[in-house]
Amino acid sequence: MKRILIALATIAFSAGIAEAQNYPTRPITVIVPFAAGGPTDVIARIVGDNMSRTLGQQLVIENVAGAGGTTGITRGAQAQPDGYTIMMGHMGTHGAAPALYPNLKYDPTSDFEPIGMAAGTPILIVSKKALPPRDLKEFVEYLKANGPKLNEAHAGLGSVSHTTCTMLNVQLGIKPALVTYTGTGPALNDLVSGQVDYMCDQIVNLVEQVKAGTIKAYAIAMAERSPALPNVPTTKEAGLPEFQVTAWNALFAPKGTPKAVVDKLNDAPGQGA
Amino acid sequence: MGDLITNLSLGFATALSLQNVAFCFFGCLLGTLVGVLPGVGPIATIAMLLPFTFHLDPTAALIMLAGIYYGAQYGGSTTAILVNIPGEATSVVTVLDGHQMARQGRAGVALGVAALASFFAGTVSTLVIAALGIPLTRLAMLFGPAEYFSLMFLGLAFAVVLAHGSVLKAIAMVVLGVLLSTVGTDLETGEERLTFGVADLSSGIDFPVLAMGLFGFAEILRNLDTPQSRDVVHRAIGRLLPSWRELKQSALPILRGTGLGAILGILPGNGAVLGPFASYSLEKKIAADPSRFGRGAIEGVAGPEAANNAGAQTAFIPLLTLGIPPNAVMALMVGAMTIHGIIPGPLVMTKRPDLFWGMIASMWIGNLMLLIINLPLIGIWVRLLKVPYRLMFPGILIFCCIGIYSINNSPTDVLLAAAFGFLGYCLHKFGFEPAPLLLAFVLGKLLEEKLRQALILARGDFMTFIERPVSGVLIVLAVIVLALAILPAVRRGRQQAFHD
Repeated sequence: MKRILIALATIAFSAGIAEAQNYPTRPITVIVPFAAGGPTDVIARIVGDNMSRTLGQQLVIENVAGAGGTTGITRGAQAQPDGYTIMMGHMGTHGAAPALYPNLKYDPTSDFEPIGMAAGTPILIVSKKALPPRDLKEFVEYLKANGPKLNEAHAGLGSVSHTTCTMLNVQLGIKPALVTYTGTGPALNDLVSGQVDYMCDQIVNLVEQVKAGTIKAYAIAMAERSPALPNVPTTKEAGLPEFQVTAWNALFAPKGTPKAVVDKLNDAPGQGA
Repeated sequence: MGDLITNLSLGFATALSLQNVAFCFFGCLLGTLVGVLPGVGPIATIAMLLPFTFHLDPTAALIMLAGIYYGAQYGGSTTAILVNIPGEATSVVTVLDGHQMARQGRAGVALGVAALASFFAGTVSTLVIAALGIPLTRLAMLFGPAEYFSLMFLGLAFAVVLAHGSVLKAIAMVVLGVLLSTVGTDLETGEERLTFGVADLSSGIDFPVLAMGLFGFAEILRNLDTPQSRDVVHRAIGRLLPSWRELKQSALPILRGTGLGAILGILPGNGAVLGPFASYSLEKKIAADPSRFGRGAIEGVAGPEAANNAGAQTAFIPLLTLGIPPNAVMALMVGAMTIHGIIPGPLVMTKRPDLFWGMIASMWIGNLMLLIINLPLIGIWVRLLKVPYRLMFPGILIFCCIGIYSINNSPTDVLLAAAFGFLGYCLHKFGFEPAPLLLAFVLGKLLEEKLRQALILARGDFMTFIERPVSGVLIVLAVIVLALAILPAVRRGRQQAFHD
């Protein structure tokens, strides 16, 4: 009897391994918890494209936006842990969310199998073109003088733009009105047309507009300048050294996804690049 | 002007790729088919196909869906002329003179003129879209949350006015649609609203679920309810090409119809439906002998058909430039774009110029295809019209269910769609029109988002919607439109327009 059980267990185990070895046999869904066109979306599409090439299966991006990314991550956490549904989380969904959402349906520390870091992106402080300050010092003074009159745009409760800019506001001791959008794309749209005053967000999404001169960039919140925007000073150089923040994006699978599958996914981006 | 040519050539380069031409052809063919078959409309068809476009290239998917839409306008007139039933709401007018022509043995000529008129109108409105696209997109960049809110409010006001039947019922539908759109997680607080603890509802009701239930399922129930007898013309179709004299008779009505249809099509709230009515009454009014109308006057086919097609196409303008769907079909296009990660609006043109111009160019190609494929296929359509419905509906129903299930692999969605199907059937029975509901559902999410953004920016002051000039004008327009709809005189005129 015991032997049969062991045999059965072995068969089941090797079947699991075989399945993991064949994985993936169909397209993999990557849940991006933000609207298309935002930084998380862009990163997921670039990484996903690389991974499809190594894995030989399409990675389909599914944008499930809302509630600062927690809607999409909740859906991902509850998906079948078979490796065919993974998600692109970030510091908002897996860092700030438990503090912001009392009814959060997942626990960032226990409901996921981390696959790997996808990107670390520097944060840029930008404003609408018509805002008077010319550099970061003037901008800080302007914020302190006009705090409650200003409008800060962000990409949703708990999003990178929300959490990082909140950090800036707390450091400066100001309370602007917060205007919520469903992603960086729409928020940026209103910054370009001057409906809102300023925002903080990941550099990837702001580069083009800064280069085109449709919005102003004051500083980049890290130790060194970014090669993407070499003319934008760091917060250290420009006189706000305490504002240092980098947003991270990482791929997660739902808890219970076989280790072999997670390993395969972890290997995929590097080989494709 | 140089820009226009560069853009259009980019569009044609995209649209003429083998894949896109194939999808355009498929869309047009399918569209004509559903247009021909009374009871299966383009809304239901696009709703059914929505989930199946997941794995297509977005440009190809949108080209195909657009093809279904204008193909159906075209197919609708075939049924109108041959069977005396309007295949589509917009071909109601074509029945009047088209079927009379068919009874006089001039079915071929009626079909031919309808095709030529549609093609001409299609060509002109393609150019109109291309020319208006860029300036309107620039205008859109000036729109803030308050302006968007007011514009959508105006759109919903038009949807109320242009709906059939009671104004109160239309308002009820719009409100219900907006209410349904609030199901899900709150944008700013993250609280769940109206989900009743159902996890599948936490991200809101999926658009295809609502659309397919309300239109696909409900339409089938309705058709089973009322078995139709069809008066298919048994006479010979006759020659297709109109004579020189008939062409000369039609030329001016086609031009006028195109103009009227194109302008009405841009109006938010399904103005395209009004085009054929307007064109018909205009032609009747200025004709030397109005008594000919209703007895097979070729102008009564040419004008409305041109208006119909022109309106169908210019309806894309608000969608492509402002991201605001003017009618239920365009609302479905929003759904299709969102599935592919494209946010409809002013950014589409700069971020995805290939998609934007490719789609516009494909409309012209599609119209040309319709002209070429349809005339020889008329025999097949006539035979199809004789297929009994009891053989058709189970297939349609199964197709719908597979489609809904495949969106999220969720059985809840299929049940929800079934519930919406039943709702749609009841709504029809009680004389409520579901189209404003669907439109309001799509606009609802944006409406709430923009309302809250505008109010935060104005620190809670509702006057912002009136004080900002563009927004104020839009609100005033909306109020005027609603007030007019309630005035008894206009109400009577409106009833008449729909029952004529």
